[in-house]
Amino acid sequence: MIALLARDLRLAVRAGGGFGLGLAFFLLVAVIVPLGVGPEPAILAKIAPGILWVGALLSCLLSLDRIFALDFEDGSLDLLATSPMPLEGVVAMKALAHWLVTGLPLVMVAPVLALLLNLPLAGYGWLVISLAAGTPALSVIGAFGAALTVGLKRGGLLMSLLVLPLYMPTLIFGAEVVKRGLAGMDVGTALALLAGITAGAVALLPFAAAAAIRVNLR
Amino acid sequence: MELQVHDLAVARAGVAVLEGLSFRLLPGRALVLRGPNGIGKTTLLRTLAGLQPALAGRVSGAEAVAYAAHADGVKAVLTVAENLAFWAAAYGTADVAAALDAMNLRALADRRAANLSAGQKRRLGLARLLVTGREIWVMDEPTVSLDADSVALFAAVVRRHLQQGGSALIATHIDLGLEADVLELSPYRAKPPAAGGHVGAFDEAFE
Repeated sequence: MIALLARDLRLAVRAGGGFGLGLAFFLLVAVIVPLGVGPEPAILAKIAPGILWVGALLSCLLSLDRIFALDFEDGSLDLLATSPMPLEGVVAMKALAHWLVTGLPLVMVAPVLALLLNLPLAGYGWLVISLAAGTPALSVIGAFGAALTVGLKRGGLLMSLLVLPLYMPTLIFGAEVVKRGLAGMDVGTALALLAGITAGAVALLPFAAAAAIRVNLR
Repeated sequence: MELQVHDLAVARAGVAVLEGLSFRLLPGRALVLRGPNGIGKTTLLRTLAGLQPALAGRVSGAEAVAYAAHADGVKAVLTVAENLAFWAAAYGTADVAAALDAMNLRALADRRAANLSAGQKRRLGLARLLVTGREIWVMDEPTVSLDADSVALFAAVVRRHLQQGGSALIATHIDLGLEADVLELSPYRAKPPAAGGHVGAFDEAFE
């Protein structure tokens, strides 16, 4: 299992692995939005939490179809499914590897991009906390979507359509945590719901994804 | 470990392709599957590997199966040694060096798999069987894109595996020079449901 994690991290970091693509996309979103809505600091400060969360979500979506599609194409997925590793564990490790190369870097650069969007200082801590609590759910839900569409030719668009609605609760509560933090209100409920979604997704979806892969490999 | 197949029926895309198939594969023996294209060799091997459920019948000993498919499952950006080391770790074995030597890959160990020829990649895919440590090798057209020397090398590796008490089930069209039993699959071709054959999921949907 650890070997699978190490392999996936190595594949992602080596040439052609797509590491950094999501990060560059996140950066571009944060740069483009002020160009679109104008340089009014007050407006930017108001929309910054939502934009940063939408940006994180989209850049996560960008790399999802790689989770299983590459292994399916070269036959590795068949061999992984027949190996002694449980398929549920394979899914969990692949989702973890996806989070480590996509979600975690997003969490770390978010404060820098928040500066570009003029997020008030009080929001930085809540932004990092909400992303750290919410992005694991994005990777796990995404792994489930990727498992459903593995084996489909050009399944990427279908996967986006399947996954984006499932991302909504995480987006709503994630942005809500930052907004409430900025307004000085109690963030406990929103943060608990955000973390609850993540915990539920991490606990349940690997099983659903493994079942979907088994069906798709037949 | 002995592989036993009893009255097995397998289906491809919901349509039964083979039925009434029974055989035993004893340790130290090799069994070659023959039959025309489309008879269901790959479907049978995938069923034995556990990738798809059987339509009917029993398989025992499947937990000792190591499966080598048409595709090698080789990661292009990893080196030859890294590819093998991953599978060794996945199966909880450690003998990467022996597998490299057996398939004559030692000189290529640090080369990225992207820079291998088709035959070299195939050799790497077959070397994976050695690091699984499993007793029953189930192979689908293992000699595709191998040259004559590599085929001989592969046959020697299989022979050594058989001597060590392993067994091999091989779907192939060429003669490997092994003392193997041959199973011709044509007589087991599934009859249509109207003639008393198995009803697949595809047929059920239209009843």
